[in-house]
Amino acid sequence: MKEKLVLIGNGMAGVRTLEELFKIAPDHYDITVFGAEPHTNYNRILLSPVLAGEKTIADIILNDSGWYKEHGITLHTSSKVVDVNRSAHRVIAEDGTMAEYDRLLLATGSNPFIIPVPGHDLEGVIGFRDIQDVDTMLSAARQGRHAVVIGGGLLGLEAANGLQIQGMEVTVVHLTETLMERQLDTESGKMLQQSLEAKGLNFLMTKQTEAILGNEHVTGVRFKDGLEIPADIVVMAAGIRPNIELAKKIGLHCERGVVVNDTMQTFDPRIYAVGECVQHRGLTYGLVAPLFEQAKVCANHLARYGIGRYPGSITSTKLKVTGIDLFSAGNFIGDEQSEEIILKDASLGVYKKILLKDDKIQGAVMYGDTVDGAWYFQLMRDGTDVSGFRDALMFGQAHLGDSGHGGQNAAAAMSDDMEICGCNGVCKGDVIKAITSKGLFTLEEVRAHTKASSSCGSCTGLVEQILASTVGDYSTTPKKKSLCNCCEYTHDEVRRSIVENHLTTIGAVHEFLEWKTTDGCASCRPALNYYLLAAWPREFVDDPQSRFINERAHANIQKDGSYSVVPRMWGGVTTADELRAIADAADRYEAKTVKVTGGQRIDLFGIKKEDLPSIWADLNAAGMVSGHAYGKSLRTVKTCVGSEWCRFGTQDSTGMGIQLEKMAWGSWTPHKFKMAVSGCPRNCAEATIKDFGVVCVDSGYELHVGGNGGIHISATDLLARVTSEEEVKEYCGAFMQLYREEGHYLERTAPWIERVGLNYVRNRIVDDDSGRKLLYERFLESQQVFQYDPWAKEVASSKRRNTYIPIKQVS
Amino acid sequence: MNNWVEIGPFDEIPRQGSRILKTPFGNIGIFRTLDDEVFALRDQCPHKGGPLSQGIVHGKHVTCPLHNWSIDLATGEAAAPDVGCTTRYDTKIEDGVVYLQLGR
Repeated sequence: MKEKLVLIGNGMAGVRTLEELFKIAPDHYDITVFGAEPHTNYNRILLSPVLAGEKTIADIILNDSGWYKEHGITLHTSSKVVDVNRSAHRVIAEDGTMAEYDRLLLATGSNPFIIPVPGHDLEGVIGFRDIQDVDTMLSAARQGRHAVVIGGGLLGLEAANGLQIQGMEVTVVHLTETLMERQLDTESGKMLQQSLEAKGLNFLMTKQTEAILGNEHVTGVRFKDGLEIPADIVVMAAGIRPNIELAKKIGLHCERGVVVNDTMQTFDPRIYAVGECVQHRGLTYGLVAPLFEQAKVCANHLARYGIGRYPGSITSTKLKVTGIDLFSAGNFIGDEQSEEIILKDASLGVYKKILLKDDKIQGAVMYGDTVDGAWYFQLMRDGTDVSGFRDALMFGQAHLGDSGHGGQNAAAAMSDDMEICGCNGVCKGDVIKAITSKGLFTLEEVRAHTKASSSCGSCTGLVEQILASTVGDYSTTPKKKSLCNCCEYTHDEVRRSIVENHLTTIGAVHEFLEWKTTDGCASCRPALNYYLLAAWPREFVDDPQSRFINERAHANIQKDGSYSVVPRMWGGVTTADELRAIADAADRYEAKTVKVTGGQRIDLFGIKKEDLPSIWADLNAAGMVSGHAYGKSLRTVKTCVGSEWCRFGTQDSTGMGIQLEKMAWGSWTPHKFKMAVSGCPRNCAEATIKDFGVVCVDSGYELHVGGNGGIHISATDLLARVTSEEEVKEYCGAFMQLYREEGHYLERTAPWIERVGLNYVRNRIVDDDSGRKLLYERFLESQQVFQYDPWAKEVASSKRRNTYIPIKQVS
Repeated sequence: MNNWVEIGPFDEIPRQGSRILKTPFGNIGIFRTLDDEVFALRDQCPHKGGPLSQGIVHGKHVTCPLHNWSIDLATGEAAAPDVGCTTRYDTKIEDGVVYLQLGR
């Protein structure tokens, strides 16, 4: 016998809760939905584009009647619930329809605040809330001339924009002197007003409405200062109030909204509430992202999992007026302890303000150039200490040298046929089409459906802009990112669990942490394998089946299924004998291409998998070992010739590089790790874009960390200066060990250092002498287990050799 | 029409892994899941022909090593939202030996 769930309210928050519920417990309830409107669930945020003629009602339906049928939901439309008998657990609608419940979900939304001036109930005075309102506005536009919008906030401006596009003469009335004063400061508010006036809107600022004039239908509006203006329609956009009429009637505790706790439960334990009708920790929300977060938590509890918690939301807003780029988040007004960073270029129409307090972003306002809005928002939500990059903060996330999106940073300026994602060949139009036709709401969904932003990620800012302007409210990725879809835990939580509970196999982790899948997925298995390896170097038995093919086969898979082989070339130095051995191998195994790599060694392409053990044996015989060109491991140590040959060389950079490579080769790291040693500050080995780079100077060695070439080019930060080769090795080993113990799997050193802060790394490696030595010791100890040539190991085991050849061949 | 081909001992297929059957018209991947079920698919991802046999096996799926498409081992279908299908073959295990049904 299924339990009964009744949902009062057929809007976005309530239905989203059902969708989240279906993901985790699809058969738990018999569901009945009561909706006061005649429609199925539609995207209320997109009413603005409907009013502006940019979308149709059909475009904005989120769940059609087929969806309700498919899930066995009994839907009552045009059916307003007027009472709930809480002791009999029964819901009663206006027309007498009744439904019993085991659990009740209130999602009654909010009502527009109609200012209580005389005439407020005349015909033609409406809110901007539902499809009915849009129909009224469109019909007024067809017949009348003058529209007055009371309220210059987000909604009011979108209504005004739409009515003006439909041909009406629109006046926006606002109480204060700044439009959207909850999202904008004076400066940006002024810029916005000027842009909108240029489009043809009229503004009456600091005006208080006294009365709405007319007999049965509205004819005009009068203000307190005596001014009167004509009006054929008056749109009240002066705010919204949670719709708690029913909740209050049935005795639920309400203040401004229905009061709920962190599990979205009201004071009646059988009754939950989500959405705009809710008051949580004193706050109410009118934007969609928080409501979706609430829906997820509520579904968790309705499904009896009992572990979701909603802590509240920080919100960002985007104005949906085509051609105007506006983004705001958090608190940007500030006080004596806060600092502002402002960039203003009036001719370009750009204004950006970031408010900082204690080196953390409190809020941001951006007008005209909003490509970094989502980045600032993420930094704000994560409470990231920005002191390390404060000087570059205002210039955004895109780094010098980033490629793949043609230097564009304003999606609005791009036409639909322009390529947005260089890795996957996705153009702007493709993204928009996928969003609207498939009802996508989040960046993750866009990635999954279009592949845009799913490879290197440098076009993410642009994709987010398109998402925000197409969908309306931007639903950002959650603050705590879980390891993957197989669990809710973060990387740090999983790591901690492994150590605290002495979990030593992947299966043990799956069992202890109640993994949602039988044996994980292609993302989490390698991550767990790495974390277990890092935690228990002597105990854990590496699982080749949980390694990506490159690491499993110790070679780089190419697009035709063949492999490339890269023997190690210490410090980029080779000998004639080694070159002969490589050439012989190229001939014997019919390598299709022989290429010098960026890491200063040679790569043989086109090697068949079944030939790998043989080519390795040949290279081993010539004294060469695996170059680990395929691994999340130490790759290479590039060098330039130093004092051995170069007239500018200050130290023996080549010798130092070879020492470092001999020390660190064979080590497994969260992501590929690259080093270089340059013989002088001319830096010919490019040490300052390496994870660990050494620049020799006359007095010793500069140690640089956290450089990553590639997708997001990051130059290094200077860590320390030392005077001896032994110290260089100690600092290097300690830094690598810290990274191995604390970096997330697949997190390169640059984002890792950005996450934990350079100061933290300095404290652990430079300031804490004994700590550094301990880290170095642990690194060397681990190397005693892991520093071996995997090629030789594979060749030596007939069982392992077998896995490279087909099990059978038929003719 | 019975066309069972003997592949080899079940133990020679790594758990959560695969071995390759080489044929004149291309390779076939013989997969073994964590709970010891055996499946067989044409060793060609419906996306760009990548060798599925080299992917990571999880549950009853394999993730293609080239571009991460997830393929259902039982049906050969790509997981939504990707669309595509690769040929699947029947297999059976008798006395610890794996057999595959070739051809149509």
